[in-house]
Amino acid sequence: MKKVIMGNHALSYGAMLARSEVIAAYPITPQTQVVELLSEMCADGTLHAKFIKVESEHSAMAACIGASLAGARTFTATSSQGLALMHEMLHWASGGRHPVVMGNINRSMAPGWSIWTDQNDSLSQRDTGWMQFYCASNQEVLDTTIQAFKVSEALYIPSMVILDAFALSHTYEVVDVPDQAVVDRFLPKFKPYARVTPDEPHAFNGLTGPENYFELRYKLQKDMERGPALIEETGLEFERLFGRRLRLVDDYLCNDAEIILVTSGTAGYTARVAVDQMRKAGLKVGNLRMRVFRPFPFDACRRILPKAKKIAVVDRNISYGHHGMFAQEVKSALYQHAGHPPVFSFIAGLGGRDITPGTFREVVDYTKAHETPEDNILWIGVKK
Amino acid sequence: MPKKKDATKIVFESEKDVPMMPMSLGSMLFNKTGSWRNIRPEIKLEECIQCGICWKFCPDMSIEIENEWPVVDYDFCKGCGICAEECPTKCIVMVEERK
Amino acid sequence: MKKPKKMTMTLPAEEYVGSGNLACQGCGANLALRYVLKALGLRTILCIPACCWAVIDGAFPHSCVSVPIFHCAFETAASSATGVKAGLEMIGDHETTVVAWAGDGGTFDIGLQALSGAAERNDNIIYVCYDNEAYMNTGIQRSSATPYGAWTTTTPVKFFKDQPKKDIDAIMAAHSIPYQATASIAFPEDLIKKMKKARDIKGTRFFHIYAPCPTGWKSRPEDAVKLARMVVQNGIFPLYEVEHGEKYTLNIKVKDKKPIDDYFKLQGRFRHLKPEHLQAIQAEVDRQWARLLKKCEQS
Repeated sequence: MKKVIMGNHALSYGAMLARSEVIAAYPITPQTQVVELLSEMCADGTLHAKFIKVESEHSAMAACIGASLAGARTFTATSSQGLALMHEMLHWASGGRHPVVMGNINRSMAPGWSIWTDQNDSLSQRDTGWMQFYCASNQEVLDTTIQAFKVSEALYIPSMVILDAFALSHTYEVVDVPDQAVVDRFLPKFKPYARVTPDEPHAFNGLTGPENYFELRYKLQKDMERGPALIEETGLEFERLFGRRLRLVDDYLCNDAEIILVTSGTAGYTARVAVDQMRKAGLKVGNLRMRVFRPFPFDACRRILPKAKKIAVVDRNISYGHHGMFAQEVKSALYQHAGHPPVFSFIAGLGGRDITPGTFREVVDYTKAHETPEDNILWIGVKK
Repeated sequence: MPKKKDATKIVFESEKDVPMMPMSLGSMLFNKTGSWRNIRPEIKLEECIQCGICWKFCPDMSIEIENEWPVVDYDFCKGCGICAEECPTKCIVMVEERK
Repeated sequence: MKKPKKMTMTLPAEEYVGSGNLACQGCGANLALRYVLKALGLRTILCIPACCWAVIDGAFPHSCVSVPIFHCAFETAASSATGVKAGLEMIGDHETTVVAWAGDGGTFDIGLQALSGAAERNDNIIYVCYDNEAYMNTGIQRSSATPYGAWTTTTPVKFFKDQPKKDIDAIMAAHSIPYQATASIAFPEDLIKKMKKARDIKGTRFFHIYAPCPTGWKSRPEDAVKLARMVVQNGIFPLYEVEHGEKYTLNIKVKDKKPIDDYFKLQGRFRHLKPEHLQAIQAEVDRQWARLLKKCEQS
């Protein structure tokens, strides 16, 4: 059924249709509507779940992990400072193999206080062992939430469904909200690998020496490596049931492009508009919107990007002392690949500064005019 | 009181044998903490009044009741001396461990 | 040969904590869990944060306890327990008791926020703090539960702990939770009776168990139970219950409170204290004891 809903509510609907059983969440702008709607759904019986109004994000993730270990399907949502506060527990969720699904609204990290969008909050957590999905439309948010539960529960690895603050979280779009019955066919009941139960007592997460820790973490990585194929497979299944295909990357006009833009989030859709405009002006550009960041889609990058003469990655984030994080990872994916094109690392839009089709025109103009980048970071839009 | 079951230390040969979640698969009974002690309790049963206090206060569950009498489990007794200290008739004596 | 007689057993016989565990000789925390599980039985799940019991249990893949354990992050004893309980109820298990089992560090300090949150929501868990009065697992550093005057590795003798012990029981009473109690390992019958009572109450229940640590207190291992008895008899750690933050009941009635000196003499961590310190401490103990008696009278 089609509804006009905001990005945050698309997360709520996703969590509801996925039949989340325990939700523990703490409010933070701009996530509040996610949990408010879920709270209402729990109160009026639309969603049969326990909603724990925890007193901090750290406790939110701790409670989700506890509930997951008890055998329940769990969901939470947060943003920037809250995500950062959860950092310790993010490691815990992945290392403990708990398939928690979390919505994260990409919001800039303080100080100064910023409620607008950039990706440093979620990308700072890229090493914690969580899968990361970057969405560019409210439909994608809802669909990805449902898919995330399926993939997480198959691999026993938690995932984040990520959307831009305000640009997506508070933007209203038409969303096709699927039927519960069809979602139930796509997403079966959660089958824990093991759980805390007196029927079969185990002690979980005890003291683990060097003789055992390595293998536990080896297994986590090996299962994460099954992610890309599983995401494509479930994405196809999703298409069969709902008519929309969910993929690792969204490649647009890359086949004959001389310059390929690499983007993510809502900027990824703005890039499409820019690509159309530039194509009209005779520029052969394409756009590779990265939908999945963890597990990193190495094969997709290596298949698509070397076709172009130059790659222009536009990061709405920065790893201080290095450069944009998508750029780092793209370079690393292409490094030993024969004949890989030069990668230009652009940074734009931090703190919610607008990214417009004009931004991409500037990016392409620079890239066209230079054989190789003059610098590690090419700043777009900074008042210098 | 049921006899304690023995246990062996679990060692994994391959990552395939390691459970996906870090979870326990056996007890700690392979770990004979009796080797920790320097002094051992000896109970003079003739003076024992079967009050149950030694059993009650042993932190390591190393005093068992067999046929209504206390028996020290020397495999696990750490030699803390609480039983001797708490015994109302002082019929438990801590003696040097012999090795 | 004596006349055949039965062994006097004032506690249930079944053991849920096993031998071969990694506790020090004379560990009060070991006794505390032994007694609590005797009261609660097999349908119990423990959530244990970083504390001595995170290690006492044994190394992966082994455990010395017969009930399931969720070893959780340091600050999360209460929030993990809340999550586990919610999860269990959603999968249809309304019977199993969920217990947060934390040390004083994980309760008074780093875990206080989560504990307060759970208590305010009146989450249906039993929170037990076994109090050995310092961060013992990491090597005897001071916590806010360390009593005035004590040596610890972060309060060396020249700068011994100068602040009073945080009154966690008053903090919990301020949350008006349905039930809370103090207990001591020297009085296991009292502890077990209260724990059984708590098991059948809904909402947040809090236990504060006094658990001597010979290693950290520099006392003799054999004195562990004796210290836990003295501390009740001299009024430093009275055993009482509070219901809904209002109704105070003294459980172990101490007619003539013993002076505190003998208790302090047995612990190396207090060796440096001078008579004037002990006098000040005695005066404070007397004041708090009188205050507690008044609360019990008015209840």
